[in-house]
Amino acid sequence: MTRRDRSSAAPPWPVALPAALSLLFLGLPLLALLIKAPWGRLWSILTSPTSLQALRLSLETASAATVLAFIVGVPLAWVLARAEFPGRRLARALVTVPLVLPPVVGGIALLLAFGRRGIVGQYLDSCCGITLPFTTAGVVVAEAFVAMPFLVITVEGALRGLDTRFEDAAATLGASRLGVFRRVTLPLILPSLAAGGVLTFARALGEFGATITFAGNLPGVTQTLPLAVYVGLEGDPSEAVALSLVLLAVSVIVLVALRDKWLRAGAAS
Amino acid sequence: MTGTGVEGIVGRVVVSRTDFTLDVDVEVRPGEVVAVLGPNGAGKSTLLRAVCGLTPLTLGSLTLGGVVVDDPARDVLVASSERGVGLVFQDYRLFPHLSVLDNVAFGPRSAGRSRSQSRADAVAWVERLRLTALVDRRPHELSGGQSQRVALARALASSPTALLLDEPTAALDATTRLDVRRDLRDHLHQFAGPTLLVTHDPLDALVLADRIVVLEHGTTTQSGLALDIARRPATPYVATLLGLNLIRGRAHDGDVTVDGGGMLHVADRTLAGDVLVAVRPAAISLHTAQPEGSARNVWPGVVDGVEPLGDRVRLTVTGAPTVLVDVTAGAVAELEVRPGDAVWLSAKATELEVYPG
Repeated sequence: MTRRDRSSAAPPWPVALPAALSLLFLGLPLLALLIKAPWGRLWSILTSPTSLQALRLSLETASAATVLAFIVGVPLAWVLARAEFPGRRLARALVTVPLVLPPVVGGIALLLAFGRRGIVGQYLDSCCGITLPFTTAGVVVAEAFVAMPFLVITVEGALRGLDTRFEDAAATLGASRLGVFRRVTLPLILPSLAAGGVLTFARALGEFGATITFAGNLPGVTQTLPLAVYVGLEGDPSEAVALSLVLLAVSVIVLVALRDKWLRAGAAS
Repeated sequence: MTGTGVEGIVGRVVVSRTDFTLDVDVEVRPGEVVAVLGPNGAGKSTLLRAVCGLTPLTLGSLTLGGVVVDDPARDVLVASSERGVGLVFQDYRLFPHLSVLDNVAFGPRSAGRSRSQSRADAVAWVERLRLTALVDRRPHELSGGQSQRVALARALASSPTALLLDEPTAALDATTRLDVRRDLRDHLHQFAGPTLLVTHDPLDALVLADRIVVLEHGTTTQSGLALDIARRPATPYVATLLGLNLIRGRAHDGDVTVDGGGMLHVADRTLAGDVLVAVRPAAISLHTAQPEGSARNVWPGVVDGVEPLGDRVRLTVTGAPTVLVDVTAGAVAELEVRPGDAVWLSAKATELEVYPG
């Protein structure tokens, strides 16, 4: 047996066994979801008024949260990647907090800030009559809070990695700074914008903890798909499983959409 | 901005960094093509970046088309986008997300023209540079020579007051380089404004430019008409680039005492004091025995190196002075010279170009 054969042989069992177990551990629950799914009643469950309502609300709020993230998140990514200002490291740390914070804590924090008695919310309420908790707008706020960091971090990374050569060239051709950003920078980071957008949308769609804490669980107003799954589990478990399949399908679609960006990077190394 | 009435690119460019200082006087008149020739690290790219506004001056001042665009003492700094300088980058930097036509239309569009008007402007330039067949291509679908023409069209389409080129032929392969250079020469001479190009290729400088500025270690070591520099290089760097022997010495009544030993007789008897003698390697003859003849300069030497050079062979002969000698491959075989052999060299006085140095 040559050295090359040995290195390409099967891994030793103390490695292979845990590896196989962990694959099983990750795959089995998904398999169970598919096996136990009420395939016969699937269509009728998904087209029931409550399901459709939750589905529509989820799509609407996740889309709104993604749009909101683009509007304020892309400029933030640009500032973090390109601008020099005191406290930039702190700002970058702040952006990553929602990534590691338990969503429930995020929801409570949102309540304390934008709730009726929150430090900002009380003025929103008294001056403009704007109430966020337990409204659809509140759902969007909760989802954006949790999901926006995915966009900011993805886009900031792309901006840092972007060669400034093309932006220099654009400047010598007379483009203003805004013109350079709009006509050169944005098109060049388009793949990352798309990836960040997909990630943000997926995270917003699956948001549970912050939403139920900050916006509650009112059918048709704040009851998104994950909340409907949770409620369904107490009433009709097969409905919960059917709705879970929808969320699983979305995850698979996201994975396929991002395969070039992530999976290929892993395969190339 | 302050109008000065000085046309072209004029000024003193000083850019200091911790380990390097560029300090060079620049003057390029409208319609003139000036080449800055220098080795890598001489500060050529820094000079271009300073002129187009991507790197601010540390000291000095710079005037473009009669407008002061950089003057640190008076706190004047006009942004790149306001300077109207067309820069053709060494790596072209064509926008990868835009077609050839939209790359060329980028300048007019940035100047505030409508999309259709910008495209119309671009079409005119595309036709002038014979790129019509390529308008719908993306930059990655172009050859090096084509990319360069697109980059030139893009720079010219922004109606620049001055044109800058960074190593215009460096990214091309040897076969296309000749065509591109000839082509580029025509286009540069049609441009009415000042053109400043930087290069480390002496042929670029000689073919494309009216005047050459030699830049070494951040300062100008020689400047003048291209032909004069080709005949009379002032530094070993330029002499080596041009393939000339450059010998430093002191002249008196037609005799040059070579620094480091040796004596050369030159035709010009009027020169006195420190001089440089330039002589082509092919103008020196190689002999195995002391030659009898009319050549006034005859000296012995030892063959140090033998290097093939196209259809010729270049010998390094150590002596007083040490020189490069070009002989035909046939002559090498006939004379049977090998490294270490003792030989005789001769050169006519009329073949030695002598000038104050």
